[in-house]
Amino acid sequence: MSAALEVANVSHRFGQRAALSDVSITVERGRFMALLGPNGAGKTTLFSVITRLYNNQEGRVSILGHPLDREPSRALARLGVVFQARTLDTDLTVAQNLHYHASLHGIARKAARARIAQLLDRVGLSERRDDKIRTLSGGQSRRIEIARSLIHEPRLLLLDEPTVGLDLESRADIVAIVRALVREEGLSVLWATHIFEEISPEDDAVVLHKGRIVARGKAGEIGAPGETLEAAFRRLVSEPGKGAGKETGKFAA
Amino acid sequence: MSTPALTDGARPVPHAGRLDAVGYLIALGGIVRRELLRFFNQKERFFSALVRPLVWLFIFAAGFRNTLGVSITPPYETYVLYEVYVVPGLAVMIQLFNGMQSSLSMVYDREVGSMKVLLTSPYPRWLLLLAKLIAGVSVSIVQAYAFLAIAWFWETDIPPIGYLAALPAFLAAGMMLGAIGLFLSSLVRQLENFASVMNFVIFPMFFASSALYPLWRIRESSDSLYWICQANPFTHAVELVRFALYGKFEPLACAVVIGTGLLFFTLAVIAYDPGRGIMARRGGPAGETP
Repeated sequence: MSAALEVANVSHRFGQRAALSDVSITVERGRFMALLGPNGAGKTTLFSVITRLYNNQEGRVSILGHPLDREPSRALARLGVVFQARTLDTDLTVAQNLHYHASLHGIARKAARARIAQLLDRVGLSERRDDKIRTLSGGQSRRIEIARSLIHEPRLLLLDEPTVGLDLESRADIVAIVRALVREEGLSVLWATHIFEEISPEDDAVVLHKGRIVARGKAGEIGAPGETLEAAFRRLVSEPGKGAGKETGKFAA
Repeated sequence: MSTPALTDGARPVPHAGRLDAVGYLIALGGIVRRELLRFFNQKERFFSALVRPLVWLFIFAAGFRNTLGVSITPPYETYVLYEVYVVPGLAVMIQLFNGMQSSLSMVYDREVGSMKVLLTSPYPRWLLLLAKLIAGVSVSIVQAYAFLAIAWFWETDIPPIGYLAALPAFLAAGMMLGAIGLFLSSLVRQLENFASVMNFVIFPMFFASSALYPLWRIRESSDSLYWICQANPFTHAVELVRFALYGKFEPLACAVVIGTGLLFFTLAVIAYDPGRGIMARRGGPAGETP
């Protein structure tokens, strides 16, 4: 069975500067993978390559077995994305935003209506259906964005630092919603973050630094014995030469 | 929530939407609907789009009616008042501003990220850009007809059938101007740079055209300016609409409008292509770019 996401030897350059160098990541079906990296590590570039906003210049990307370069439509049809920037139309209502997204995936209004009701229920915002986005809090907007990313029933969900700028309670809500999707529906998730509280020890994790993978493995097992994930991360991204040399970390492949 | 069954690599994983032509039409409808919803939500945009040509018609044209009488020139069969002459040009001016406004909103969409949402739709990118173009043109046609409705009280002498005949002309003109805007939007990296585009594109296109004065009058004062106006696609968009409003067809204008529209749309598709595109070369998230 093909993996939910397979990124193989992907490199990407902006002019002379390499934003990604030989990055390989595999998200197995039904797994939650954390993509850890400091700001500027290349997380957003990697997401842009996976979502085909940039062509992958080198290497291969496949989503549910569909190569992104040869079958972009089939690949994108199975992919849901929550971007780092807020991307809802603030002048439109929650329902109008969700219907717009459903149409972008070829879902007719009638079919979308039932799906939207289900998803709003799932993120606990059914009563805000006809409110304009501008009246929602940051956390509520994020929950709507998660609902939106699920309308077309994707099997792989990418979230680019979805909890940035949210208060503790909203952050916990978002994490709980996404973890329930993995647990109950077998959704595969790639979650970019630099907030360690969002990661469980049994999650798969990769550490990206200066465009290279510097460690990978179970989140609880990255780093030396007795070392917390956060401490291991700080060590990995502060050591001189990391990001330019070979992959390290206890469970480096 | 339903849980589609996971399958092995040989069988495709089900997908809720449709990837065929019907699915694309649903996407097109959704994109047009969003543009119209946004337009009607911004009432000031609707009124400012109307005020501009009405000021030209009521003040400028009234002031110049005695100095700028127009002799018999196709498609007109009699002498016409200056107000009558400028109406088609002003209607297409609305489309010119709207085309640029749509491209402005593309730059904005790119900055706030909703462009990313559009481009992660599974349909081919050129179809998405075409849908975006049609959405912008739909808004411009609503604006142009609202203007014509008000201008009707000004005795513009347009035959009723002309309003219908002009619809395809407005569509073609709007697509051409929108395609130019779409292409420009791929060149402009930041919203702040857009004002200069307005100055360097909108004003020269509008003034060096047949919108405000017939080209034979321009030729009387400068032959080279006449040829500049002839080379300006906006002139042909205005003439296409002007002829159509009086139930006539202008083949040269039609060919220029459609040809220019296709050229700029192709350029826009190349510019937005993730591999070859200008976006990929100059793009890149903050902190991860040089």
